[in-house]
Amino acid sequence: MPDKRLPLWEVFIRNKRGLDHKHAGSIHAADGEQALQYARDTYTRRNEGSSIWVVKSADIVASQPEDEDSFFEPAEDKIYRHPTFYDVPEDLKL
Amino acid sequence: MSNTAALSDTFQKRIDAEEKIEPRDWMPDAYRKTLVRQISQHAHSEIVGQLPEGNWITRAPTLRRKAILLAKVQDEGGHGLYLYSAAETLGVSREELIDQLHSGKAKYSSIFNYPTLTWADIGAIGWLVDAAAILNQIPLCRCSYGPYARAMVRICKEESFHMRQGYELLMTLCRGSDEQKAMAQDAVNRWWWPALMMFGPSDADSTHSAQSMQWKIKRFSNDDLRQKFVDQSVPQAEYLGITLPDPDLKWNEESGHYDFGEIDWEEFFQVIAGNGPCNHERMSARIKAHEDGAWVREAALAYADKQRQRAEKAAA
Repeated sequence: MPDKRLPLWEVFIRNKRGLDHKHAGSIHAADGEQALQYARDTYTRRNEGSSIWVVKSADIVASQPEDEDSFFEPAEDKIYRHPTFYDVPEDLKL
Repeated sequence: MSNTAALSDTFQKRIDAEEKIEPRDWMPDAYRKTLVRQISQHAHSEIVGQLPEGNWITRAPTLRRKAILLAKVQDEGGHGLYLYSAAETLGVSREELIDQLHSGKAKYSSIFNYPTLTWADIGAIGWLVDAAAILNQIPLCRCSYGPYARAMVRICKEESFHMRQGYELLMTLCRGSDEQKAMAQDAVNRWWWPALMMFGPSDADSTHSAQSMQWKIKRFSNDDLRQKFVDQSVPQAEYLGITLPDPDLKWNEESGHYDFGEIDWEEFFQVIAGNGPCNHERMSARIKAHEDGAWVREAALAYADKQRQRAEKAAA
């Protein structure tokens, strides 16, 4: 007999074409197909979805909150990546 | 400053700044414990709340009402799942949560231990019980714990249909025959006081309130929300032509609110302690449903395992 617990899946839903898939929550299911059906019944009862992704929660690799500062630090001092860094004549509408 | 004190300081500062706490963040054990208790209690209430209403699905008077009630009960199931999913982000497993419910270790809202005796009860539950739930839940959309707040946003969006269908159901009965109107009045007589109890003990007796306020899990006091509920319900009852069963209920010009009578807290604590009219029946039905479904979960897992082995063999 396999482990009797139904694995946990994270659910991502695209509301409509043109939008990103967005994390909605999680569900328990035996396999991907069942996970999709449960995700549909749980998270899209009012036409919230046009597409669903499910991924095993155990397969997600995440950054650590305690590393947040050092991990994202490299972007902090590069203000020249923003358009407002540049002085150009205002009336040019660049 | 010790390491824990520093972490604790950062944590509270984040909350004071109205930033959300997310699952992998450091949090005090007591905050985690409070949230697991509250979110799971909330989830259990949604799941057990399916039972009193489910009781009337096969006896709904029209196909329209039946479809509405089915959708509502299905929503309660969905709400329970959103909330279990939020609780699980705190490191507790679904199995533990379900075990705590079934063993009686975890509580659920005492309101669901009252019976649904007539069809009008379905209206009274929607109008009063769901309205009280909405008032309790709206502030939770801004709760400091991200996954709980996000689940509550989803729930609140769906909840207003629940209240409206109940009110509409009662409106239909109140415009019907004398017997139908009497049935509506009787249901409101039985549900009014238990609905007032849904806001929990009076502020002076509420054990968890002060800390939960500081952590921004809770935003308004039990008594403030209860007052809001009474104030909004009185004109709605008047429109129905229903009398709320409280002789002390009257407008107070000075406070700008309705005064109302003393709640029977002895009854409240008795029902919480397991001595309500339906505690035993609700738990038996819940445990039976869980046990009767065990073979389905096992079969689904066995099937998934077989499919996986087959795929591995084909690839080898």
